[in-house]
Amino acid sequence: MSFPKTPGTGTPPMPSRRLFVQGVAAGGVVAGLAATGLSPRAFAAAGPGLVGAPQVLSSQDVQLSIGESLANFTGRTRPAITVNGSLPAPILRWREGQTVNIRVANTLRGHPTSIHWHGLLLPANMDGVPGLSFNGIAPGEAYQYRFTLKQSGTYWYHSHSMFQEQAGLYGALIIDPLEPAPYHFDREHVILLSDWTDLDPGALFRRMKKLAEYDNYYKRTLPDFLRDVRRDGWAAATADRGMWGRMRMTPTDISDINAHTYTYLLNGTAPAGNWTGLFRRGEKVLLRFINGGSMTYFDVRIPGLKMTVVAADGQYIHPVSIDEFRIAPAETFDVIVEPSGQDAYTIFCQDMGRTGYAAGTLAVRHGLQAPIPERDARPLLTMSDMGHDMGHASNAMAGHDMKGMEGGCGASMGHGAHGADPKAPRHPASETGNPLVDMQSMATEPKLDDPGIGLRDNGRDVLTYGAMRSLFDDPDGREPGREVELHLTGHMEKFSWSFDGIPFASAEPLRLNYGERMRIVLVNDTMMQHPIHLHGVWSDLENADGEFHLRKHTIDMPPGTRRTYRVRADALGRWAYHCHLLYHMEAGMMREVRIEE
Amino acid sequence: MSRSPLIALSALSAGLLLALSAPAWAQSHAGHANHASHATTPTPTPTPTPTPTDAPPADDGNVDHSQMDHSKMDHGSVDHAQMDHSKMDHGSTDHSQMDHSTMDHGTTDHGKMDHSKMDHAAMGHGVPKAPAPTAPLEPIPAVTAADRLAAFPPIDHGAMEHAPEIHSMLLLNRLEHWDGQHGTGQAWEASGWVGGNINRLWLRSEGERSDGRTESADLEVMYGRSVSPWWDVLVGVKQDFRPADSRTWAAFGIQGLAPYKFETSATAYVGEGGQVAATVEVEYELLLTNRLILQPLVEASFSAKDEPERGNGSGLNKIEAGLRLRYEFSRRFAPYIGISHERMFGDTADYHEAAGERARDTRWVAGVRVWF
Repeated sequence: MSFPKTPGTGTPPMPSRRLFVQGVAAGGVVAGLAATGLSPRAFAAAGPGLVGAPQVLSSQDVQLSIGESLANFTGRTRPAITVNGSLPAPILRWREGQTVNIRVANTLRGHPTSIHWHGLLLPANMDGVPGLSFNGIAPGEAYQYRFTLKQSGTYWYHSHSMFQEQAGLYGALIIDPLEPAPYHFDREHVILLSDWTDLDPGALFRRMKKLAEYDNYYKRTLPDFLRDVRRDGWAAATADRGMWGRMRMTPTDISDINAHTYTYLLNGTAPAGNWTGLFRRGEKVLLRFINGGSMTYFDVRIPGLKMTVVAADGQYIHPVSIDEFRIAPAETFDVIVEPSGQDAYTIFCQDMGRTGYAAGTLAVRHGLQAPIPERDARPLLTMSDMGHDMGHASNAMAGHDMKGMEGGCGASMGHGAHGADPKAPRHPASETGNPLVDMQSMATEPKLDDPGIGLRDNGRDVLTYGAMRSLFDDPDGREPGREVELHLTGHMEKFSWSFDGIPFASAEPLRLNYGERMRIVLVNDTMMQHPIHLHGVWSDLENADGEFHLRKHTIDMPPGTRRTYRVRADALGRWAYHCHLLYHMEAGMMREVRIEE
Repeated sequence: MSRSPLIALSALSAGLLLALSAPAWAQSHAGHANHASHATTPTPTPTPTPTPTDAPPADDGNVDHSQMDHSKMDHGSVDHAQMDHSKMDHGSTDHSQMDHSTMDHGTTDHGKMDHSKMDHAAMGHGVPKAPAPTAPLEPIPAVTAADRLAAFPPIDHGAMEHAPEIHSMLLLNRLEHWDGQHGTGQAWEASGWVGGNINRLWLRSEGERSDGRTESADLEVMYGRSVSPWWDVLVGVKQDFRPADSRTWAAFGIQGLAPYKFETSATAYVGEGGQVAATVEVEYELLLTNRLILQPLVEASFSAKDEPERGNGSGLNKIEAGLRLRYEFSRRFAPYIGISHERMFGDTADYHEAAGERARDTRWVAGVRVWF
């Protein structure tokens, strides 16, 4: 690893693509920035951060100091935002029932900060969202968090200020249960996945506003078209291109930002760093997966091992044995593996668009590595993914008259004609003629049993929401007293995101009455996938029959889906409700939920 | 032909009026006070259905057992301890022919029967599901004064930082040297915007130099407003700096992405001296690879009035068609080479030929496309 003499001015040449994806072996935080300016403290003494040995803080009284450090994951030394000098932030480890005191000090120069405890039930003024829960933490000041832990499981914490989460402010939060867990394990590891960029996250946001398709180097080309003509015939190929062309969209838009910008990290370590978690043969190892990525869905598997998922978003589920799972930003899954027969296994976490991966190793000792699998083929979105498969033909691309999709992909169709179709959603009036809504779904389903884009029929058992079921019955029990339907909307090219076509800045709060049980219906009217997180209360996902199914804090919404969940409004206050793709939230896909008496 | 610019102009004006009267989506904070209400549809709380009281666990509801003959049954030697009733499907059982009259239950040991796994709900007996409670199983905690304080602390205005809503972009779509049949020169076409998702200030400029002389140069400053997901309406001014004496125009236009991803703009101009002109431009991007991109372009200009002194005839003045092949070393920097053909029509061609110029030209071009 080399460090420029004056960080911030010395910019080594752009790292090679391979290096960019795999990162550097000894990557990590290289130094805290001295408060007096950009001159780093002695690098040699600082060493390459805390790779492989995360700091664990388990006292009930914790001091966290948020500051700027230098990090190097790609060969370039860049500024990062860290907690107690580490990226990811220290693991917080507490016990259910404890009352914890966390003093969070802000040593950033000129920027307020905050910490949100993702998925924790706590008073609103401890939730850490500036402008809703508190005023944020001004530079040079500190905030005293204090709350009682009313739950157990795997959670995480992160900044809720601007783009600080992207710059490194995220860490694992584990709460041990009072009652023993309903499963046995001998050893455990936290696996925190994230995405790192050498760019200033604010500049990355501005780039998205100028050219949202910047990272999509996978668009279909003229040679692709000629291949499709040979394979499918002229009519089918032109019908397909014509339909996407009328929508002004591209089926390779899987993720807004991919490995052309990001280096993916596992516990703060790039693939080349080979993070290693140890096991002994015959042990049951609990892996606590957390997706702390700002914009990245990961598809995770450990070749050679079955995984038994025992908890989702910190809450126990009926164990389900799988080969692979997709984890949305902000979700957590606890899985148990029983490694035996090999000395090393690769934890392989490719991004949903198949542009890069995070990886680490489970091994009997350090220094081992199993082969890293090839990334899967890049998926193409289908009309069914887009909520445009209206059941008229198995292949909606062929033979279906899509002329109506001109002018905003159905925005002007007048959906009365589909009134009889139970899958056809009724769209809010605020979407009609709205320049910020570039498409609407015409046929949506919960798709709870769908492994998702790029995971169908891949020969592996893939986790679905349908396969996960809370270990407990609906703790509230009541039927929802009312229903609120919200549509996820956006405009790809403008990089504008919203609920019902109304960005956060223009939206009224969604008001809930204290104590009520209500149902939220989400319909995805975009071609992107969105993890939707409601602060303060649980999101109890319903099955296709409208029954309690799975308790979560973050509900993933693939394109073309309509999913419903129950909310028990038992936490007074003002709560953030948003897409957990950081740049979608900042671009407007957020609401305030206000629970009032 | 001479009428078409007027038709285009009136169509554009009508479009513009419509656009300006459209609701100010997402721009006004005040206009959305009623959104919460349209999103909220109260549904009636389901009334609890009565629970069948003292219903035996396997009561078949509507099955008529009256014809059953159980007389021949001998349960004496049955060992029920190993019975697994979990897979029993009572829904499809036909009990009507059963004769129970000779059943001897005397020695049956039912004590070890495990019915705990029986799923009566799935048996389809028509037993109503237990109704959802109207009170929560986990009681809702009573709110204390301390809770209220913690729930709604005083918050400073502006405590929440927001990502900027105003953005900008400057695109030099063409910055090129050309080598034609009748000379060489340079040309540019640039556009830029500053603003939000809906309202933007647009700058557009186009010009050409030939043999060291600036032949044409203009700058447009326009207010643009999105009126649909794909179309902006623009209104503003255009200043010609060349040719000859400069001229100021009022400009009305639309621009956007037409179906099939054709980058399109159409602008009408009303100039000093009552001239009316129009320009239509269509651009497309054909991906040979994801970095090697062929960009065809067609631009046509029209005038309503004959202006011999400026070399403009009425009707179609000029069509320019180009084909540029660029390589995107990065998204922001792409050098290109290409060919461009320009042809004047009608009186415009005649005026230029009379002045010793050629009415058509084919040029090789080389340049860069960059944006910031």
